[in-house]
Amino acid sequence: MSAIEKFQEVSANRHQYAKDWKERTGGKIIGWLCTYAPVEIMYAAGMLPVRILGTHEVQDVTDRYLFPTVCPFSRDALAQGLKGRYDYLDGLTMARTCSHVQGTFDNWRNYVPTPFVYYIWFPCHIRSSRAKPCLTGEFVDFKQALEKFTGKSISQDDLDKSIELYNTNRRLMKQIYEFRKSDEPPITGGEAMEMVVASQLMDVVEHNKLLEQLLEELPNRRLERDIGLRLMMVGSEMDDIVFVRMMEELGCTVVIDEHCTGSRYFWDEVIPEEDRLAAIAGRYVERWPCPAIGGNLEDRPNRVLEHALDWNVQGVLLYQQKFCDPHEFDIPVLQKMFREHDIPTLVLEFDVTIPFGQFRTRIEAFLEMAEIEVL
Amino acid sequence: MTTQVKYKSKPLDCWQWGKELRLEAYQDLIAGHEQGKLMVLGCAATPYGILAGLGDFVFLAGEPYGASIAADPPFSIPCMEAYEAKGYSRDMCGYMRNFVGSMYLDKYYFTGGPFPKFDFAWSVRHCPAGHPKWHQIVSEYQGFPMNYIDDETMLSADGDPEHRIEYVAGQYIDSIEWMEKVTGRTFDDEKAIEAMRNYFRNEALWGEVSLLNGAVPAPLDIKSMFALMPIAMLRRHEKVATQFLETLKDEMKDRIANQIAAVPTERYRMTMLTPPPWSFLKIFRYLENFGVVFVGTYVYLINSGEVKFLLDEDKVIPATVPEERPGWPQIKNREDLCRTVARWRTEHPFQSHLDTRKKEFVIIFHHWNGDAYLLLLNRGCVPMTTSMYDFQRDLQQHGIPVAMFEGNFADCRDIDETGVLDRLEAFLEGQGIQKLQGF
Repeated sequence: MSAIEKFQEVSANRHQYAKDWKERTGGKIIGWLCTYAPVEIMYAAGMLPVRILGTHEVQDVTDRYLFPTVCPFSRDALAQGLKGRYDYLDGLTMARTCSHVQGTFDNWRNYVPTPFVYYIWFPCHIRSSRAKPCLTGEFVDFKQALEKFTGKSISQDDLDKSIELYNTNRRLMKQIYEFRKSDEPPITGGEAMEMVVASQLMDVVEHNKLLEQLLEELPNRRLERDIGLRLMMVGSEMDDIVFVRMMEELGCTVVIDEHCTGSRYFWDEVIPEEDRLAAIAGRYVERWPCPAIGGNLEDRPNRVLEHALDWNVQGVLLYQQKFCDPHEFDIPVLQKMFREHDIPTLVLEFDVTIPFGQFRTRIEAFLEMAEIEVL
Repeated sequence: MTTQVKYKSKPLDCWQWGKELRLEAYQDLIAGHEQGKLMVLGCAATPYGILAGLGDFVFLAGEPYGASIAADPPFSIPCMEAYEAKGYSRDMCGYMRNFVGSMYLDKYYFTGGPFPKFDFAWSVRHCPAGHPKWHQIVSEYQGFPMNYIDDETMLSADGDPEHRIEYVAGQYIDSIEWMEKVTGRTFDDEKAIEAMRNYFRNEALWGEVSLLNGAVPAPLDIKSMFALMPIAMLRRHEKVATQFLETLKDEMKDRIANQIAAVPTERYRMTMLTPPPWSFLKIFRYLENFGVVFVGTYVYLINSGEVKFLLDEDKVIPATVPEERPGWPQIKNREDLCRTVARWRTEHPFQSHLDTRKKEFVIIFHHWNGDAYLLLLNRGCVPMTTSMYDFQRDLQQHGIPVAMFEGNFADCRDIDETGVLDRLEAFLEGQGIQKLQGF
């Protein structure tokens, strides 16, 4: 089985993977809700960190808890808990970022029985020199809570191993993203997304092995398809692989992305320090920022543009989860920035389910227009 | 409910003084800059008394300005449209859309003249939907510097809050140094301490005044409270606000002792959790025809004011100021001030977590002798509305009748007035409350 097929299999059967992992290792599983949750500490505690994602299905279980103007991703994620699909979780955590996913967390805590629930207070003023010491303190408390829950102390060695494994994971995924710079990328955007989604679901050791396998496969891999327009996807949480496949069938290839099931999740590594928790805190404070982290209108666009240029992007899909104010703030800024660089953009707003036909028509029209501009 | 008492009623004696103080605040927003005062943009929840360390200042809080515009649809609609024309979405914060649209149109609501030019913005990230981003749009458009404090230490955080207090206090200290740099002024610790002492005092006073409305009949109705609130919200750092709020408190006690009602036909008392739909304030006057009096809203009890919830005793009492609390230090210098503000913010009910808040909703309801809650499913503010259904269910489980309606507190295009009134009339009918005859 190729690495990509394995990623697809894990992504499609995520709950079975987690249950199998639990059975074969005897370890505990902790769900997390936002990419600011420190997977390094959870893994060092001997737990499997699993991101809680939605399924893009129509559901009617969250309206009792969350107002419909809460973002679709947050509602979809809560629906999974309410339907009992994560009944194998031993714990749940998130780091403070936005009020939408906060709603998911609060309601999960109250209405989805989970043995260990921990809310990490994240200092959102990431430009302040006070943020890292604060987060270090929060991580000390989180580590202690995990130790108490698992009955296992987390040693320096555990943290070092975990940091190294996740840094390796990030490095390997970045190497794979480098292949996407080529004129003939050997991996589609949908496949790359499945790789990153799988990284949020799998044991990092196993994921690293698959990444190494993929790195061996890619030099000889040829896609039997026209590359079409080189596209970048920029936006909020996105794991709708069916949508990405549909889009790529219309005459484009997603060569780079900037969202939290893509580069924004894994791009930055932990820089080693004597105080391991401070090192991890440094990574989360200085990582590629989510727009929900306050007051960073320019930090994010600069990095987005750098990647668009490095990956020779010819068009950009700007998308957002409906009702996500932080991303809505950024969209006009990003549109203006791309316009100044003659890169056309299309804006789409995502709900739990999407109007496939309408989106298809809009994307086709965008690709036609963008190709005229590019050529 | 066939019998109806008619209470005595009269306007507040201090009403005219309140109007004058409110007008002064608005005039200062218009003329203050020309008088050499610093013009600062921020949030209503910013502890802006600290700015007094830089000298005289005018503070424009974004939310009340957005609310003022929202209450005036002919002014508000072009603001909304100007905002949306820049590519921003219609589902974003309603206050912000009014505010930023007013800036794009270069029309200041209080004069119709040009929109003010700020010296700097000093924001707080108490709203995860992005107040700093709101202020960053303004600062980039006008070209002035901005800084912000992340002080939302609330929610369901586990672990030791001390990290957060240190972090917030540190940001205040850093931002004072930053303000000195961007204004070229030297910060006077004493002046800031004095202004913040007023600020704490006035918050506690507004909380106390609000709690007095638990009396039957209510000495104040919610619409009058909204009219007086700018004093508590915009002049919290001033001694004159203390004098006014003390006077108001005394007058309310007098009204309580003499059974003087805000609404003479009071027979059904309703409370709210959120701000009202500002373009639709007539809802309160209309419901007086049914003998309904709105006695308070939780949000302004803990946003413009401060109270102390005793959760174990199911009680709410007036708050004391930090320096009078057991174990709290006297404020002697800048560091003390910043740490006190940080600690005060952390323990303030404004920061209550969802589950704590649910208990507080029930406590204040009973304190106010409420008969029902009116909940607004507010399309204009996500943080206020996220868990409203959960709140509704919890209140109902406590035996509290709940009426709900959906709309937008700051966008008149997004509320169905007739539909809301129909719904409320039906709710009241279900509660045995008919329109009054002969009053």
